[in-house]
Amino acid sequence: MFTAGAESLIKQAREIQDEDLQKFYTRVSKLLHGKDFGNETVDSLQRLYLIVSATKYSRALPEDVLQLLQDLLCSSKTAEQFQALSCAILRETFPCDLRNLSDEEGNSKTISHVAEVTLAQGSNQDKVSSVAHRVLKCLEARQPEGQSSRYLLPVLSKVISLSPDSLTEDQINLVSRKLVDWLRYASIQQGVQLSSGGFFTSPRTRQPGPITEVDGAVAADFFTVLSLGQSYTEDQWMNMHAFSMIRKWLLCYSTDGSGNGDTDDKSEVDGSVMSMVSATSTSSRLLPPKERLREKAFEYCHRLIEQSDRKALKKSDAELQKACLIEAVTVMDIICREDPSFVYRAFACVKALYGRLSGDLAFSRALLPIAQFYLNHSETAAVDSEAVYRQLFTRIPSELFQEPMLAFEFTQFCRVNVKVLRESVGIFKHSFPNLFKPLAWNSPALISEYVELLPSLIGPDTAIEILHSLLDLPCLTAALDIQLRSASSQPSERVPLDPSVKVSSSMEAFRHPYYRGMFLYILRDEAGTGDTIDRLSVLHEVLADMADSPRIVQCAQTTPILLQVFFNEAAQFADEKLINQLVLVILERSSLLYDIPNYKREVQRVFSSQLLVLCKLHPSLIVEQCKELMEFSGTTGNIQSKENFYTHVVWAIGEYLSVSYDKRCTVEQITAFFETLEAVLFEITQVRLSASIPTYSPRVITMLLTTLSKLASRSQDLIPRVSLFLSKMRSFARSPAVSSWYSEEDIEEIHTRASELINLLKLPSVAQFVLAPSTEGTSPRWHRDTNTSLPLAMRAISKVLQRDSSFSPGMQQKAGNRPRNSVGQVPREVTEV
Amino acid sequence: MVHGFLIHTLCPVSAGSSSVCRVLYTRFFCSETLVPLPAGLDAGAERLLQKEQMMVVARQVKSACTLSREAAGKPPPESCLPPLDEVVAVQEADCGVFRLGAGEPFQVEKTVLWLGVLSLGFSLVCEPHENLLLAEGTLRTLARHCLEHLHLLGPPGTDVLLKVDRTEVLLDRLLPHGQLLFANHRFIHSLEKEIAACMAK
Repeated sequence: MFTAGAESLIKQAREIQDEDLQKFYTRVSKLLHGKDFGNETVDSLQRLYLIVSATKYSRALPEDVLQLLQDLLCSSKTAEQFQALSCAILRETFPCDLRNLSDEEGNSKTISHVAEVTLAQGSNQDKVSSVAHRVLKCLEARQPEGQSSRYLLPVLSKVISLSPDSLTEDQINLVSRKLVDWLRYASIQQGVQLSSGGFFTSPRTRQPGPITEVDGAVAADFFTVLSLGQSYTEDQWMNMHAFSMIRKWLLCYSTDGSGNGDTDDKSEVDGSVMSMVSATSTSSRLLPPKERLREKAFEYCHRLIEQSDRKALKKSDAELQKACLIEAVTVMDIICREDPSFVYRAFACVKALYGRLSGDLAFSRALLPIAQFYLNHSETAAVDSEAVYRQLFTRIPSELFQEPMLAFEFTQFCRVNVKVLRESVGIFKHSFPNLFKPLAWNSPALISEYVELLPSLIGPDTAIEILHSLLDLPCLTAALDIQLRSASSQPSERVPLDPSVKVSSSMEAFRHPYYRGMFLYILRDEAGTGDTIDRLSVLHEVLADMADSPRIVQCAQTTPILLQVFFNEAAQFADEKLINQLVLVILERSSLLYDIPNYKREVQRVFSSQLLVLCKLHPSLIVEQCKELMEFSGTTGNIQSKENFYTHVVWAIGEYLSVSYDKRCTVEQITAFFETLEAVLFEITQVRLSASIPTYSPRVITMLLTTLSKLASRSQDLIPRVSLFLSKMRSFARSPAVSSWYSEEDIEEIHTRASELINLLKLPSVAQFVLAPSTEGTSPRWHRDTNTSLPLAMRAISKVLQRDSSFSPGMQQKAGNRPRNSVGQVPREVTEV
Repeated sequence: MVHGFLIHTLCPVSAGSSSVCRVLYTRFFCSETLVPLPAGLDAGAERLLQKEQMMVVARQVKSACTLSREAAGKPPPESCLPPLDEVVAVQEADCGVFRLGAGEPFQVEKTVLWLGVLSLGFSLVCEPHENLLLAEGTLRTLARHCLEHLHLLGPPGTDVLLKVDRTEVLLDRLLPHGQLLFANHRFIHSLEKEIAACMAK
C-alpha cells in the first residue's frame, strides 16, 4: 500500500536541485556510454523515470542522454527491461523526435516500442502515417526466425483508431486478406512446446496434440480465441490478435464495399444453427477482400457463439465466453449494417442465442447487444422483437439493479437508442418505474446518464406519474434495500405478518399486509397503475428508520437535479391542463416528502423556482387554482415548515392575481386573498409574537406587506385598510417587544418597506404603476420614448418614496448599500431562477 | 481500445501532510487526437494537459469509489485487515464504471472503469462502446499482477514508483498499445510465462 516512504520519494523527485540533477544526468550518461547493463544502470534509469514523470512540467534531458536512450530503444539487441525503461522515459520527455529506424533495426518488437513513444506524444498525421507504413512493411515481409508479428497488430489497431486515412486502399485490401487468413486458417494443432526435460536428459520436443475446446473436447472446427492448447503457434497468436481488433477494423473500413450483393438463398442455412459453421461456409474465394473478410468474420462469430454453449472448465474461460458472445453479436451487427444480405443468416443465429440465454440472468450482459441487434435489424428481417424488449425492460432493471456494470451498460443502451426506443418500442415509455431502479440504487454513478435519458421519458401522459416517482426516488432506494435484505433472509423471516401486529421497523412493514400494497406500488415494474398512492405519509413514516442510510442520502442528493431536468422538459410541452396539475402536485408534495436530512429543503427550493416558471407560462393558474392557493397561503404552519416556498407562493399571488392576466379575476377573489393574507400577517406579527413562538424572517413579513399592497392597488377600496395596517406595522417595528427578536437591520427592513408602501399608496395611480406594472414594461417603447421612459418614472417614484421624513438620509444610505427587496421587485432568489 | 491506464491512491495519504489523491503511475497509449494545439503552445503544454486529465480521472474515481463504499456500508480501507493474497484482494475489490462526457476532460467521450483495492485505485480510460466485460477481466488481471510484482499489499509500497519497468512489461503483454485481448487462460498463461521471464532478469 501507499506509505510515507513513497510519498517522500515523490517529493524528492519533484524538488531535486538543479545541481544534483545535472550530476545525476552525467552519471546516467556515463553508465549508458559504458554499455553497463548492470543493476546500477537499471536503478538509475528507474530513478530517472521517477524524476521526469513525477512533475507535470516537462524536464528537458541533456542531448546525449536522449540520444543514448534512443539507441537503447531502437536497438533490437537491447534487453526487454532496458527497452521498457527507455521507452517509459522517452514517453515522458516532450518533445522527443525519434530518428527514423533503419531497416535492419526494424524488428517487430522494436517497431512496437518506437511506435509507442511516437504515438504517445502529440502525434500528427505524418507521424501516424509513417508508423502505419513501417508496420505494414513489416507485416508484408516474412518474419525472420524467432520474431513475431503479433506485436504489430495492436500498433495497427491504434493507428487506425487514431487516423483511418493513414492506410491506402491497397494497404486496406492487403490487411483484409491477411485478417482472413489469420481468423479462418490458423492451424488446429498445438504449438511445439519445448520441454526442459530432466537434469540429465536433453531437451526434447513433445509431440503436439490437437487443439481442444474450453470443455476439453477435441476442437470441432477451426481455431478461435476459445480454443485451448498447451502452447500456441504463431498463426494462433495472430488469430487471437486479429479477432481482438476485428470490430475496430470493420467499423473503419467496411463501408465502401459493394454491400448490395445477392440477398437470395442465404436464408436457407436457417435452422441449422448448431451445425458446424464450416459446413455452411459459402465459397468466397472470388469475393473482393473486404467482402471476403466480412464473410469470414461472420463465420468466426458464428463459431464463437456455438463454442460459448460449451461448459468451460476454467472460470476465467467462462467469463471470456460471455465477453466473446458480446463481441460476436456486436460484430454481426456491424456486418449486417454494412451488408443487409447477412441479416437472415445472422438472425437465425442470434435468435437461437437469445432463446438459449434469455432464461439465465448470468448472461444478462449479453442480452444488451442482442437487443441492439433486434433494434437495428428486426424490421429488415420481419422478426418479432416484442419478447426481447419485454425481457430487457422488465427483468433486468428489476432483478439486477444492484449490478453496477450491468446498470451502467443498460442505461447506456437506453440513452444511445432513446430515439428509436421512444418511437417504436411501446413498452419503453411505460417502463420508467423499472428504469428508475438502477438509478435509485446507484444514483451518483448514473445521474449523468439519467439527466440525458429522463427528458425522453416525459410526455403529457406520463409527466405527473414521473414527477411523483422522482419525488419518491429515495423511498424506492429504501424499498429496494429492504427487498434485497428480505430475499436473503431466513424463510421464517419472510412470511407475512399478522395484520394485528404492530410494526416496529421498515423491515417488518415489508411483510405487513397493511403496508404490502404501498411497497408493491413503489416497486412496480410498469407505469399506469395510478400517479401516486394514498397514505404516502404513512409509508414515509415507516421508512423513517432508514432515512440516514448513506445510499438513501446519496439518492436524495441527486433527486433535486433530476427534478430540475423534469420541469425544464415539462415546460417545453405542458398545456394549461398539465400546468394546473403540476402546480397542484407541487402544493401537495411540498409537505409530503420522505424526511431525509436536507431533502425537503432542496426539493422545496426546486419547487419555488419552478412555480414561478409555471406561473409565467400560464398566469391564469392563480385564478384557476384559487381555492388551493388560498388554503395553502392561509395556513400559518406552512411558513414555519417551508418559509422559502411559502414566500414564493405569496409573491406569485401578488404578481399574477390581476385582471390584466385573467379576465375571470374578480374583486371578490382579490378581497378574499387580501383577507387571508392579512389574517396571516396579523397572526405572525401581533398574536404569535410571544416568547415560545419562533420569529418569522423579515423577508416573509415584507413580502406579505408588499403583496397586500399590490392587491389593494388593484381593488382600491382596500387601500385605506392596508394603509392602516402598514402604519401599524411601522409602529410594530419600533415597539420594544420586537427589538428583542429582530436585529437592528431587520427592524429597519420592515420599517422601510412599510413606509415606502404607505407613501406609494397615497398616490393610487403611481402605486398601480409600481405594484402592478403592465406587461408592456419589457417593450422597447418604455426604454426609448423620452416621455414614457422608465428612468423618468423611476426618478419620480424615488421622490415619492423618499418623502417620508421619519428616517434620516444616513439610514437610507445604509439600507441602500445592502441587497434588499425593493418594492415590487422579485425576491432575490426569484431573480436567480 | 483503451486510452489510458492509471494507478493512484484512493484515500487521503495518512502518512503525509497532504490529503490529496496521488497518481502513482500513468500511461496514455496515444495522444488524444490529431487536432493540433493552438498556436503558441509547445509540446510541453500537451504533456501538461495529459497530466491534468489524468488527475481529473483519478479524483473522480476516488469520489466514485468513496461513494460506492459508503453506500454499501463498507468500513474505510484503513480499518480493514489486508487481504491474504493478491487473488483475494482483487476478488474483494470494489468495482465501478462511469462516463466522462466530451470535454470533461477529454475531447471525446470516454468510459472509466475502476477497481478499488483497499487504498489503491486501478483505472482504465476506455473509448466509448468498448467491450466492458472484457475490459473488466483485463483490469482485474492487470491489477492482480501489479499487486504481485510491485509488492503493493505490504509496506513500503515504493516499487510502484521505482520499478516502472515491471509495470511497463505487464502492460506491454496484457494490454499492448491499449488493445484489449480476447485471451483465454492458456494465452494468459503463456503471457504470464513471458512476464515471469522478463521479471527474473
